[in-house]
Amino acid sequence: MNKFLHIIRNLRLGSTIGMLILVIIWSTPTMGLLITSLRPSSLAETSPWWEALFNPLSTIWTIDAYQNSLSSGMLDSLINTIAVTVPATILPLMIAANAAYAFTFLNFKGKEIFFAILVALMVIPLQSSLIPVLRGMVWIQKNLHIPLTGTYASAWVVHSAFAMPLAIYILRNYMMTLPRELIEAAKVDGASNYQIFWQLVLPMSVPALASFAIFQFLWVWNDYLIAFIFVGEQKAVMTYRLLRLLGQYGQGWRDVAAGSFISLIVPLIVFFSLQRYFVRGLLAGSVKG
Amino acid sequence: MASVTYDHVVKEFGNVRAVNDLNFHIQDKEFLVFVGPSGCGKTTALRLLAGLEEISSGRILIGDRVVNDIPPKDRDIAMVFQSYALYPHLTVYDNMAFSLKLRGTPKDEIKRRVGEAADILGIHELLERKPRQLSGGQRQRVAVGRAIVRNPKVFLFDEPLSNLDAKLRVQTRAEISKLHQRLQTTFIYVTHDQVEAMTMASRIAVINKGMLQQLDTPQVLYDTPANMFVAGFIGSPAMNFFQATLKQDGGNLFVDTGAFSVKVPENRVAVYQKLTGKKVVFGIRPEDIHNPQFLPPAIHAENVPCKVDVIEMMGNETYLYLVANSQNFVARVDPRTSFKVAEQVQVAFNMDKFHIFDPETEAAIR
Repeated sequence: MNKFLHIIRNLRLGSTIGMLILVIIWSTPTMGLLITSLRPSSLAETSPWWEALFNPLSTIWTIDAYQNSLSSGMLDSLINTIAVTVPATILPLMIAANAAYAFTFLNFKGKEIFFAILVALMVIPLQSSLIPVLRGMVWIQKNLHIPLTGTYASAWVVHSAFAMPLAIYILRNYMMTLPRELIEAAKVDGASNYQIFWQLVLPMSVPALASFAIFQFLWVWNDYLIAFIFVGEQKAVMTYRLLRLLGQYGQGWRDVAAGSFISLIVPLIVFFSLQRYFVRGLLAGSVKG
Repeated sequence: MASVTYDHVVKEFGNVRAVNDLNFHIQDKEFLVFVGPSGCGKTTALRLLAGLEEISSGRILIGDRVVNDIPPKDRDIAMVFQSYALYPHLTVYDNMAFSLKLRGTPKDEIKRRVGEAADILGIHELLERKPRQLSGGQRQRVAVGRAIVRNPKVFLFDEPLSNLDAKLRVQTRAEISKLHQRLQTTFIYVTHDQVEAMTMASRIAVINKGMLQQLDTPQVLYDTPANMFVAGFIGSPAMNFFQATLKQDGGNLFVDTGAFSVKVPENRVAVYQKLTGKKVVFGIRPEDIHNPQFLPPAIHAENVPCKVDVIEMMGNETYLYLVANSQNFVARVDPRTSFKVAEQVQVAFNMDKFHIFDPETEAAIR
């Protein structure tokens, strides 16, 4: 028994070391980015970043890359990104939660078929539908005079639509694990489906909702493609702005490094404030419990 | 306050008939227990009444109202679930107030009714807690409390005691009986435990394979079971059954099992005379088999030779597992009995209490 425990303990040590190595490998580029963003261009262009890492005291540090990127409109873009990301996270979540409730707790004709179609939709690549969707929007704009392209709303619609299959899938799988008797008890207690959804299912689904919210938030925050095509220049989001910072010949690469760090702040805050849900949420729906 | 009527109720799941032609009437203020082995359809019968399943054919009435197409919330019933089904994110108070809030009951009225229910169940100090901070017994009380505050016409209980430990179960059993006396409302209670059924019910409905076997008071079920299923299900240890033939010999009627032959007392001959020569099933309860040394007074006793296989001492009584010519049976005898294992002994059958069943239909013949 003692020997067995010993092996277990050694295993734990091994996995700790393995984990540490992985963390170092994965965070090295980020580290390089951070150091580069803080070095003056004369040094950054002549020597590799790890020289600064090994002689932190003898190198010159500067924040002029941060000043550059901020003065070129990074803050405006931060606002734009938030304006795109927050609704594009909440909207699909609310719609998907309603749909997931219906797929889990209501009986209607073709329920399984609809759900299968929905899950199958996940295989359609975003890129292949960009042009049809954009043309549709242009058509609506021309014929119904509803401005869509170049607005935040167009990004909300597209992000929500493409998030829907996965969101419904994750939320439904989670709701399936909620005890059926609870729902029945609420029915006997006199709750309508609407009340059961808002007062029971939604509060009990917080782990799944939070985990999907983080996924969606990070995905929309880091998205370039949809923002570029549907929102464009007028309301440039940060990813778009970063590309512009780089310049035609890539001369602004230190400004990009600095701008990347500015764009990292909000996701980091979101991640750390919700990270207990994030870890738990990875399992949401996949494993019961 | 309301009666409940099952009018030829059928429930099918695909090709399976879970409930088959249930047809009976439950009086107002009655404590009716559905009892049967697991999978017999008793819970389905209850869920049909609650409106959680749709009836395939037939009608269910609460009072004079057909409730087939009425949603659960409008049936004026309250249900206690086996898993208690407490809302995990709400406090005990909010759990109990949930249904009242949905109905738009004024705040102070809610407070008063939850307070009353908490008094009855003695759970005042738990009101601010969440379900996960409660023990099993406490959760069970809260589940009952949630049903009481509604003041419904009919209470439904779906095996509410099966998750409690044995001691708590006995205690809670008595409390539910008391609750029924206090509330004076119709209780319908589902259990697989015949002891729960016997101790609490004013009437018991024994259900097997989706069909009603017998519906009567506990004592009648025990004394005159309608068929072999009821006879074997009610009472513990279960009734002993023997394949037998009725034989006439010199003006007397005998039950001959091959292993032994016992005489039918004169006062019961008239009933069974017509079966002379026919195959029957002879049934006798363990408590009607005695040690000849300790016979109750004034019974028609018939001695049967047999061998002792196992002896179980309970303190207040002793169970004997006996073998007569490779026929096994159980006797529940006086604790002073001093039989030894493997000993050849005589036990006395109380022939005033035996039962005869038809081997084909399994129905009791009387």
